[in-house]
Amino acid sequence: MTLNWHDPDRVEQLTAALGTRILLLDGAMGTMIQAAGLTEADYRGERFADHPDDLKGNNDLLALTRPELIGDIHRQFLEVGCDLIETNTFNANRISQADYALEEESEEINRVAAELARSACAEYQQADPARPRFVVGVLGPTNRTASISPDVSNPGYRAVTFDDLVQAYREATRGLLDGGADLLMIETIFDTLNAKAAVFAVHDEFEARGQRWPLMISGTITDASGRTLSGQTPEAFYHSVCHAQPLSVGFNCALGADQLKPHVRALSRIAQSLVSAHPNAGLPNEFGEYDESPEAMATVIRGFAEEGLINIIGGCCGTTPEHLAAIGQAVSGLSPRPLKTELAA
Amino acid sequence: MSATRPNPRPTCLSGLEPLVITPDIGFVNIGERTNVTGSARFKRLILEDRYDEAIEVALQQVENGAQIIDINMDEGLLDAEHAMVTFLNLIAAEPDIARVPIMIDSSKFGVIEAGLKCLQGKGVVNSISLKEGEGPFLEQARRIRRYGAAVVVMAFDETGQADNAERMLECLSRAYQLLTEEAGFPPEDIIFDPNIFPVATGIEEHNNYSVEFIAAARELKKRFPHSHVSGGVSNMSFSFRGNDVVREAMHSVFLFHATRAGMDMGIVNAGQLAVYDDIDPELRELVEDVVLNRRDDATERLLEAAERYKGEGKREEKDEAWREKPVAERLKYALVKGIDKHVIEDTEEARQAHASSLEVIEGPLMDGMNYVGDLFGDGRMFLPQVVKSARVMKKAVAHLVPYLEKEKKVGDKKGKVLMATVKGDVHDIGKNIVGVVLACNGFDIVDLGVMVPAEKILAEARAHDVDVIGLSGLITPSLDEMVSVAEAMTRDGFELPLMIGGATTSRAHTALKIEPCYEHGVVWVKDASRSVDVARKLASPKNRVDYLAGIAADYQQYRAGAAAKRSRKPLISLTRAREKAFRPDWSATRPERPLQPGIHQIDAWPLEDLVRYIDWTPFFRTWELAGRYPDILQDDVVGETARSLFDDARAMLDRIVGERWLTASGVCALLPAASDGDDVILYRDENRDQVLARLVCLRQQADKSNDNLCLADFVAPAGSDIADWAGLFAVTAGLGIEEASQRLPANDDYADIMLKALADRLAEALAEALHHKVRTELWGYAADEALPNEALINEQYRGIRPAPGYPACPDHSEKSKIFDLLDAPGRLGMQLTENFAMLPTAAVSGYYFGHPDSKYFVVGKLGRDQVEDYARRKDIEISQAEKFLRPNLGY
Repeated sequence: MTLNWHDPDRVEQLTAALGTRILLLDGAMGTMIQAAGLTEADYRGERFADHPDDLKGNNDLLALTRPELIGDIHRQFLEVGCDLIETNTFNANRISQADYALEEESEEINRVAAELARSACAEYQQADPARPRFVVGVLGPTNRTASISPDVSNPGYRAVTFDDLVQAYREATRGLLDGGADLLMIETIFDTLNAKAAVFAVHDEFEARGQRWPLMISGTITDASGRTLSGQTPEAFYHSVCHAQPLSVGFNCALGADQLKPHVRALSRIAQSLVSAHPNAGLPNEFGEYDESPEAMATVIRGFAEEGLINIIGGCCGTTPEHLAAIGQAVSGLSPRPLKTELAA
Repeated sequence: MSATRPNPRPTCLSGLEPLVITPDIGFVNIGERTNVTGSARFKRLILEDRYDEAIEVALQQVENGAQIIDINMDEGLLDAEHAMVTFLNLIAAEPDIARVPIMIDSSKFGVIEAGLKCLQGKGVVNSISLKEGEGPFLEQARRIRRYGAAVVVMAFDETGQADNAERMLECLSRAYQLLTEEAGFPPEDIIFDPNIFPVATGIEEHNNYSVEFIAAARELKKRFPHSHVSGGVSNMSFSFRGNDVVREAMHSVFLFHATRAGMDMGIVNAGQLAVYDDIDPELRELVEDVVLNRRDDATERLLEAAERYKGEGKREEKDEAWREKPVAERLKYALVKGIDKHVIEDTEEARQAHASSLEVIEGPLMDGMNYVGDLFGDGRMFLPQVVKSARVMKKAVAHLVPYLEKEKKVGDKKGKVLMATVKGDVHDIGKNIVGVVLACNGFDIVDLGVMVPAEKILAEARAHDVDVIGLSGLITPSLDEMVSVAEAMTRDGFELPLMIGGATTSRAHTALKIEPCYEHGVVWVKDASRSVDVARKLASPKNRVDYLAGIAADYQQYRAGAAAKRSRKPLISLTRAREKAFRPDWSATRPERPLQPGIHQIDAWPLEDLVRYIDWTPFFRTWELAGRYPDILQDDVVGETARSLFDDARAMLDRIVGERWLTASGVCALLPAASDGDDVILYRDENRDQVLARLVCLRQQADKSNDNLCLADFVAPAGSDIADWAGLFAVTAGLGIEEASQRLPANDDYADIMLKALADRLAEALAEALHHKVRTELWGYAADEALPNEALINEQYRGIRPAPGYPACPDHSEKSKIFDLLDAPGRLGMQLTENFAMLPTAAVSGYYFGHPDSKYFVVGKLGRDQVEDYARRKDIEISQAEKFLRPNLGY
């Protein structure tokens, strides 16, 4: 019944590493891109020089137009010891890309983005084979919500359907797997129904390929209510995605490590899978920027590890290689969260 | 295999909150009233489209203790799939209902699947069975698993429905095995429904049904301890319809025994369960005889006694204590709880108690909303609840609007405010509250809703002739989008003041990022309570100027303070950028002298010839259909619409062409040219001593590895011995469009937009056709060029035709030189507005450059040094140059 792993050796390397230590997921791609101060022309490159829509801000497109920049960011995170490198594909799905009239490019963006991460990881793994590096193919939340109406006076309305989402995620998944992702991660889930569509699409694609890949799932607790944007508690969220049989579940974004901790704790209490977290570098300041220092963030994260809450730790908005270096150091030598059951095999 | 995991978990379901079914939570109540087959009332509400009240039924179930609600829309007169989706989407917006898991109940798998696509939580499917055999059973089971739901399996197989314990066990054990071994179901996600049939029907064979069920439940629980046993309880008392006392007693007694045997879930009327010990002992005895089939005459004895117990049954109770409170308290309660049932009557009561309707809004209603805001801020309410509160508020205000109108003196309108949540953002609570508050204070509100693109905001602001534009957003990227709106307002020559609000907005961001992009007033509004004062000042011509001057000074001061602290990635200097100019190897390519230099006017280019030059992709984008022509016609999603639109377009195009609705004319000039720094000089004749005009161009200043381009780079420098050339052109296909629109049916927006969109396409086609003529005949450097249209659209030919206002030359004001030199107004009747927009709007104007390496590029951000240099070269004030180049200013 259950499909075989696409690459059993790679999964073995991954589970072996997860058995011995807390793995380091990388930091904020968006923050690093922002720091590069790109212009409209950079986003366009030659290929999209005459594209009718503005492309500035379409960070995912940079895989095609500024691949060396994306590869360089991956290498900066690998350099400070990140084990898991996320592809630059947060919005690389046809629903989000429609904002730029680049729907048709979304699968290609995913594939090329995975290839970029793959080659960066391969370089570092070759240099130190004892330390395997893994490509995490990122499936973002899209810019629509499947279970919330955008129209306050028409609560039954939906701006996107489950089927639209499945189609978009399936296409993105195809690109990521073709490009050589070792794992997939459905992340920054603010509406669990979107995530369920992603799970559906991913499993459809696994079935079509007759193989499976490890899957990470990471939700987002949006504010002080301690719920997802679509209103679920951490526990309800976990139960809603449990059927995906994920390698890990966790939370990322929206909150700093400090504010995220109780929610990760709630998840850690019940999760039968591994637990991940990649918080922001604090809460946004008045410019919408994240400015918690690497040291401050690492101190809080060390508490996560000491409490035995996590197996995988990384950073979201505002986290630079410096943050990840500090976090890596902070959790080094501390035990990963013990598994509740074996990985669903 | 997951089914053989060593430690099955308790069953974990979820709505917005988890439901973990451990032994100590006891019997799980599944609400049955939201079922069109079981509740006549619910059926009527759904059939009559009274979803508001249908939602109430669901709410009552939850308030009465239902831990899951069962929803069934299987009714012949209904589109069950549509009703299921509509109802599920509506209750998803009701946090007090959506907190519990949903059981999707249908005999049609299509309905089940449509329902599963609406559930963010982990729900339950009710039900599947082996009725059609193993194949369909497994296929359905696997799909349900992929949606992440638990499943009820009914005791039914290929031979029929099981009505005794042995058959029940046979069907369900087989189903369990298939589910766990073939479909990947964990045991805890399986719920058995062995079938609860009516007893005491007078038919002897029915008498033992309850006994059989209880026996099956006992054995199932023993064999499959991690799974559950459930059933529709009300069915067993079907023969006592109309006698609720007896029915409730029967349910209670049945559950008393069934739950002891192992039944741990049941579909019940949660508000209507009698307590076993409270049942009249005599009645209990009679019922027990029936349920347990203890005597042959049990049915007769119960029937006989039933008449005496006929009554109302247990009434549904609901906490209505809040209704006793004073009206202000009730309004607050209704807002916090999102209950709109009584809000009209309460609002009316409040209105009568207050001097004016406005007082009701500013008093109790705003107090309530402020309290909601506080709770939200403290994390004691979450977003869906706040959305509900906003809805109640809207309803209350809607009731007051007619009174507000009456109370107002004529001409008392304070002004018109456009409100929008910017593109990419769905959050509109804050915007709606501000909208309500402003409306209550006499402003006309034009609310564009959420995810509104800049273009639409601008167009609607014009269409409604508003006094103020208000932008809102909650997420960080909205900050950038607001800057884009401000830039677009500058670009389009707006002079309306702009209000900025929303959770992530700040005075700092507004001062540093938004205000510099727009000079006619940007004001950050901290919260709804400030909005009235700000809007009043902005809408008043008298106060606006002073007020905005004060704000501008304040922001300027803030920027000065902040500038010192903040660094940005610098652009390279203009000097450095010029060093990095593109320098073609002029020895390799000598510019060709045009075969026909000078001015050429083409009047009434044959429209039929232009059709093949049309690039259809932007046409579809005009109609907001995304995709490339011709693929878009076969697109799964928009293909049908696109085809129909395309048919209509071709039909109108045929008429435009055949009946000569429009005239497409153009003028171009090929002139001796040379570059002088970043300028392109155009000469009167080939003596090259009389300058006709200087095209002032801009150079890229980004810090990049390749060349920093400027259009002048494509023209050979003055003073060299190379005689180069450049061109100008202006075309329009909009001549006669006013008359053409008269031919259309009156008030037909579709036809009107179609005509304009086609005229735009024809103008672009003419630009393309004329460029082709220039390359092959007039300039003639590509006399043998013969590219199919696709290559034309992809611009796979030599030479470019950049247009002022586009990325390579963003300054629209340069168009005036083209218009002057070509005498476009005199020759073609084309005009420029004061902001350099072309009329007719179906028009293109630009330059021709013929160098083989010439290409389109984006100038991007400009340093102050270049803007100063540009102003000097154009002989205009720096401030004027900054206005023209506002979106490109990189400082």
